[in-house]
Amino acid sequence: MQLMKISNWLCEDFFRRDVINVSTAVPNDNLIMERQSSIQVKGGQRKNQLKCDVESIAGCVSQRACVYCGARVVLNPVTDAIHLVHGPIGCASYTWDIRGSLSSGSELYRNSFCTDLKENDIIFGGEKKLARAIDELVEKYESELVFVYSTCVVGVIGDDLEAVCKTAAHKHGIQVLPVQSSGFIGNKSAGYRAACDALLRLIEPPGGARPINSRRPVKSVNYLGDFNLAGEAWIIKDYLKRIGVEVNVVFTGDSNYRDLKKAPEASLNIMQCAGSMSYMARRMEELYSIPSLQISFLGLEDTAASLCKIADFFGEPEMMRRAKELIKEETIAVQPEMERYHEKLAGKKAAIYVGGGFKAISLIKQFREIGINVVMVGTQTGQEEEYQTLHDISDDGTVILDDANPSELERFMTEKGAHLLVGGVKERPLAYKLGVAFIDHNHDRKHPLSGYVGAVNFAREVYSTVCSPVWKYARETGGGLYAAENSELPER
Amino acid sequence: MLDCTPKEIIKRSGGMINPAKTCQPIGAMYAALGIHNCLPHSHGSQGCCAYHRSHLTRHFREPVMATSSSFTEGASVFGGGGNLKTAIKNVFSIYNPDVMAVHTTCLSETIGDDLPSIIKGAEVPEGKLVIHASTPSYQGSHITGFSNMVKGMVTYLAKATRDEKKEQVNIIPGFVNPGDMREIKRLAGELGVRLIMFPDTSGVLDSPMTGKFNMFPVGGAKVEDIRDSGNSKLTIALGYYASSDSAHLLERNCQVPAITLKTPIGIKATDDFLMTLRSKFVQEIPNQLEEERGQLVDVITDNHHHFYGKKVALFGDPDILTGLTEFILSLGMQPVHVLTGTPAGTLTGSGIFEKEIKEMLAAAGHEGRVKAAGDLFELHQWIKNEPVDLLMGNTYGKYIARAEDLPFVRVGFPILDRGVHSYLPIVGYRGAMRLVEMISDTLLDRQDRDAADEDLELVM
Repeated sequence: MQLMKISNWLCEDFFRRDVINVSTAVPNDNLIMERQSSIQVKGGQRKNQLKCDVESIAGCVSQRACVYCGARVVLNPVTDAIHLVHGPIGCASYTWDIRGSLSSGSELYRNSFCTDLKENDIIFGGEKKLARAIDELVEKYESELVFVYSTCVVGVIGDDLEAVCKTAAHKHGIQVLPVQSSGFIGNKSAGYRAACDALLRLIEPPGGARPINSRRPVKSVNYLGDFNLAGEAWIIKDYLKRIGVEVNVVFTGDSNYRDLKKAPEASLNIMQCAGSMSYMARRMEELYSIPSLQISFLGLEDTAASLCKIADFFGEPEMMRRAKELIKEETIAVQPEMERYHEKLAGKKAAIYVGGGFKAISLIKQFREIGINVVMVGTQTGQEEEYQTLHDISDDGTVILDDANPSELERFMTEKGAHLLVGGVKERPLAYKLGVAFIDHNHDRKHPLSGYVGAVNFAREVYSTVCSPVWKYARETGGGLYAAENSELPER
Repeated sequence: MLDCTPKEIIKRSGGMINPAKTCQPIGAMYAALGIHNCLPHSHGSQGCCAYHRSHLTRHFREPVMATSSSFTEGASVFGGGGNLKTAIKNVFSIYNPDVMAVHTTCLSETIGDDLPSIIKGAEVPEGKLVIHASTPSYQGSHITGFSNMVKGMVTYLAKATRDEKKEQVNIIPGFVNPGDMREIKRLAGELGVRLIMFPDTSGVLDSPMTGKFNMFPVGGAKVEDIRDSGNSKLTIALGYYASSDSAHLLERNCQVPAITLKTPIGIKATDDFLMTLRSKFVQEIPNQLEEERGQLVDVITDNHHHFYGKKVALFGDPDILTGLTEFILSLGMQPVHVLTGTPAGTLTGSGIFEKEIKEMLAAAGHEGRVKAAGDLFELHQWIKNEPVDLLMGNTYGKYIARAEDLPFVRVGFPILDRGVHSYLPIVGYRGAMRLVEMISDTLLDRQDRDAADEDLELVM
């Protein structure tokens, strides 16, 4: 990677590649028939042929979660809220402080509150217990905001969350918002939407929503879809400040009741995680006339492009000048370290299996920056447009798949000779068992992957796992004493 | 993070703050993984399955495979029978396990899916098995779920096929790590007793690196062995809460006498386990085990002055806590707070947890707070009111340990923030030796950290 490549990160789209038609269809052995249309090979099929955004097949080992999970991950970073799970204990236990979202103030969001419904509550209804729980918690923690999450069983027994929340809000003079997140009403995406609906109610000014045009600070943006994992929102806030943009509020990383209330006052929404926040952005445009830009601060290329995109939106030459200066300064600062990793990693192959499509797109570019080609890419909840983009930017022969199960991940990683998998909790030990390195891109990590510092962290993390001495034992000898006995292991 | 926990204890009735338990299905999933070539299946929404797999993956750092009925709105209105039938068909055609172990969720329980009927009406390939357990999340805890799935194994699999019982013992190990199960098998093996352990997650959730991914690792109790458990001379249930019900079911169904013992944590509980085996099967305890016991007593002697009078707070699963409390007392320490999230009265007995612990404390001349169905908010309040020198429990204890600046020993389930633990036992004499090391290292590390320069000791 030479210094001249910096120009590539200066807001130029250099990944436009022509699609070459190579007919390599996916062989169908060991695959579920219904799953075939959710898997394709770049060059083998037309790009709009991938089936996605559909229900999973019963009986598959899906890596997907539920509506409640989607709602919880989006709302949880609101730091000073009481996040009360209305349901049996499990849903609250499994989501207790699992996000790496940092706070600059309250730590209330890191507790686990649950109505812990019992058999009697299921039979006679849980509304009274819910009302008691809200009373007790509000008294104890003096919060101005309570989110009440509906779980599967609450959706079935039909507790009137709206009514309980309304009464409680009135009684305590605070905002108590129901989150309609019963697990079975869709998949994780439906949960994102339920969370956004709760947020929209939260930010609605008294008297109802209407476009707010006057008194808007001109260069104030809301930053949507960043959850301040390991302080990522702070990194981006700093960049934006340096080019002359103020961040009004982040949805929802390190956000709080007071700041969220000011959301309608911003003049622009910028959006990192599109999967969780594009609905929010669209609604805010309708309700408050706030336009939005999709950006990405993952990797050098996307970070540079995004900063330029924002500066371009405001149309100020001075801001653009500062953006380009920042890009140059930061790029040069990380260049030596990035080059070192590039040298070590060039030619390695990566597989991607993450939650949303937009993250996968950014990751492909990020891997290229350190000399790694992606040979398999999949998501849990990617949308059609995102898969088309993935198709466009992938190399020929790349396997693209939606809602994959572990057998498929195993098969394509092995077939394609991947050295590395990037994924979440459940994928890690699967990769390790195959002697494949792993990096975590899940929502419980505690190191930032955003911006320039994130790009270096990413490269360092990739390097530390791909080049770990452990693979000498794991891969070459399969952990055993006699290497020869495992000679059929794929070469890496 | 726990700065807001008030010292003043007020009665609460609106649910849990920072739970000390989780829900039934994860226990059922863990138990099912202890059958060889078995795929656990969660009959409900996808989230449950994903959460249970993630949580088990974090604790064991191993791949955890399970399928889901992937409920949607349709299933929750019209019943999940269709989903389960499709799932059964898919599971056997794609993954080809020997056994599919279905457990319910709060959703499928509430809409009233009749699992035995659905399973009977499903097409199960020749020679393959579908077993099930009813595990509503709004009853009991993960321990109850474990117990229910083991009962499912007994109901579906165990058979008495001969008049005379075989010279073999069934051991139901309870909700313990694969490392513990290995150790229990080793102890019985040293005595030369033929044993059938089920469930047995050793070899499944502590499988070695081979460079390959096995959907079904080599470990787990074999179906033919669980079948044969109906012909055994005795069943030893380790842990009242996780294992006793299934042992008694086996007694009723197949006339195999059942004995419930404490999870063998510490000297006395391990002695009881071995002496029970001896009394029924063999004459002698082998020298190897005599030696291990002697070593354990030796290390306790060598270190007992570090332990004397130290106040301890313990929390976790009830079967682990009864063993641990007894052991802590035997070290000369004082368990002043003992709390489990699992309700005590939902299984066959009622409230025995609190009674049993209180009796142990009284016998040692101590008093302490004991509670079942509690939460960590309450434990934290107790500690604020009566401070302790050491906290022992699962990973979630780290918040309290930090807030109160307490030395903390991780033991139990889940441990999400440390590795290796699931490979190494805390049961048996060697497990006890490991506990002695963990406890004394933690206390002495703290003493070193807090010592003024002039007080820092080289030899402790």
